[in-house]
Amino acid sequence: MYNKVVMDHFKNPRNVGVIEDADGVGEVGNPLCGDMMTIYLKIKDEIIDDIKFQTFGCGSAIAVSSMLTEIVRGKSVDEAKKVTNKDVANALEGLPKNKLHCSNLGADALQLAIKNYESKKAGKPQVELKRKDDHEHSHGDTCYCPYCDVELDDGTDFCTACQHSLNEEH
Amino acid sequence: MNIINLDHISSNPLMPEVKEAMIAAIQADYHNPSSQHKKGEQAAEILDKARETVGSLINVSDPREVVFTSGGTEAVNHAVKGAAMAGAKKGNHIITSNIEHNAVIRSVRRLKGLGYTVTSLDVDKHGYVNPADVADAITDKTILVSIMHSNNETGTIQPIEEIAKITKQKKVVFHTDAVDSVGVVPIDVQKLGVDLLSFSSNTFYGPTGVGGLYVRRGTLVWPLLDGGVQENNKRGGTENLIGIIGMAKAAELARKKLPAWQAHLEKLKSKLLTELPDYIDDYIINTPPENSLPNLISLSIQYIEGESVMLMLDEEDIAISTRSACATGSLRASHVLLSIGLSHVDAQGTLVLTIGQDNTEEDIDRFLKSLQNTVETLRNISPLYQKVKKN
Repeated sequence: MYNKVVMDHFKNPRNVGVIEDADGVGEVGNPLCGDMMTIYLKIKDEIIDDIKFQTFGCGSAIAVSSMLTEIVRGKSVDEAKKVTNKDVANALEGLPKNKLHCSNLGADALQLAIKNYESKKAGKPQVELKRKDDHEHSHGDTCYCPYCDVELDDGTDFCTACQHSLNEEH
Repeated sequence: MNIINLDHISSNPLMPEVKEAMIAAIQADYHNPSSQHKKGEQAAEILDKARETVGSLINVSDPREVVFTSGGTEAVNHAVKGAAMAGAKKGNHIITSNIEHNAVIRSVRRLKGLGYTVTSLDVDKHGYVNPADVADAITDKTILVSIMHSNNETGTIQPIEEIAKITKQKKVVFHTDAVDSVGVVPIDVQKLGVDLLSFSSNTFYGPTGVGGLYVRRGTLVWPLLDGGVQENNKRGGTENLIGIIGMAKAAELARKKLPAWQAHLEKLKSKLLTELPDYIDDYIINTPPENSLPNLISLSIQYIEGESVMLMLDEEDIAISTRSACATGSLRASHVLLSIGLSHVDAQGTLVLTIGQDNTEEDIDRFLKSLQNTVETLRNISPLYQKVKKN
């Protein structure tokens, strides 16, 4: 199911752990979907000096967290802000299509951690550690069944074409 | 590959005698059982014999009450859709439960789209349907009740006999999905009292892609497959004789060996449950201690996710199944586990372990050791465990 790079990061994840006196913490996830991720940052002179992660999730989620921390370590905060989910998926040499949603948490957790650091620095009130909501729609305003790609009726909780359950968003 | 299979519910190996019988059947080049000449009649005789053997496993009163299908899913579709369509003049109300297999759930949804109304009954924390709830739900428009005999995620065995007494009295057709029961626990359709019963050959070590539907004489069911007059006019299509011969051999073995098979499963299941606390903590067993399949343990491991457990055990050559959203591709937690009251998080960490005749005590030992390492590793990575440890 997963390629060698993903399996390596899953079996030997880099940067697992917690930073007790972190400069920025970002927590995202949704136990409904089965993934939760926390990123801890230690920042020195606007460089990400140390980064650690904790993840509750599938093989993809753990691999993504690990690869993300490897990519970001040593980057400047400004450079880190530009890292996207796609960058992580590419670095992993691709994820199965139905696992891409698992990987959405990685960069989001990082960006939240950076926002947390910046608001602490500016003495602003803490950015609320947010929970990410369910998946965004990928095609504008129309909704499509994630299984059979048929256009969905509004407000159904199952696809009338393939009978598959959908989450509440759809 | 010496892989320990603790995922028998997904796939059972074929018994050696089944393989032999099927290979012989392949070599024999049997003709079409519907043909009227000598070759056809020879095939028809074999088909009849197979029907008798399979029927004996579930104690039918007439072998013609067995309709051969392409497996459990087809049998369920045939039963649910066929009974619904046949009963349309009488009514349009169907009763089922919240923990059925998708074959029932989606068939029922399909019918809902065509104008049938559905009552889906809640279950208790062990997964049991209350027969009184069935009685209360029946109206004069009810034409079908479909409650599974055993559940493939929790192992719960339902009070089918009690429910059948109710449906008989109210004259409503009663179908039970027994796909995970036939060949694992004794099934006697006379005792159960059901009108329709679905089963699958692979559950009792026969080939996949073959199964059957028991149709009690007199029960009105429309065919799912229209075509020729095969299967007593109930299922069109030239019979998969090779597969059916395999299933019949498996049924013959199952009938003889069921008590010994059951004892073996119960011994290993008991060993696993007794020794588990020596290896891990913070877990939930969802399988009820009584009235459950002897080969199934539903185990929710807290603070970690199922697919990652499955992957790590796979690396150690141990095959298990998980009900996490990521692993099943459904994007949400199992409807069965949520119905018995598990939280979403605990549902995501649920493994379904199913034991088979080829498993040994050493397999269980190896599994427990690997599970211990896996759980420790994943909990180390888990933010949920982190929070619990802090408190």
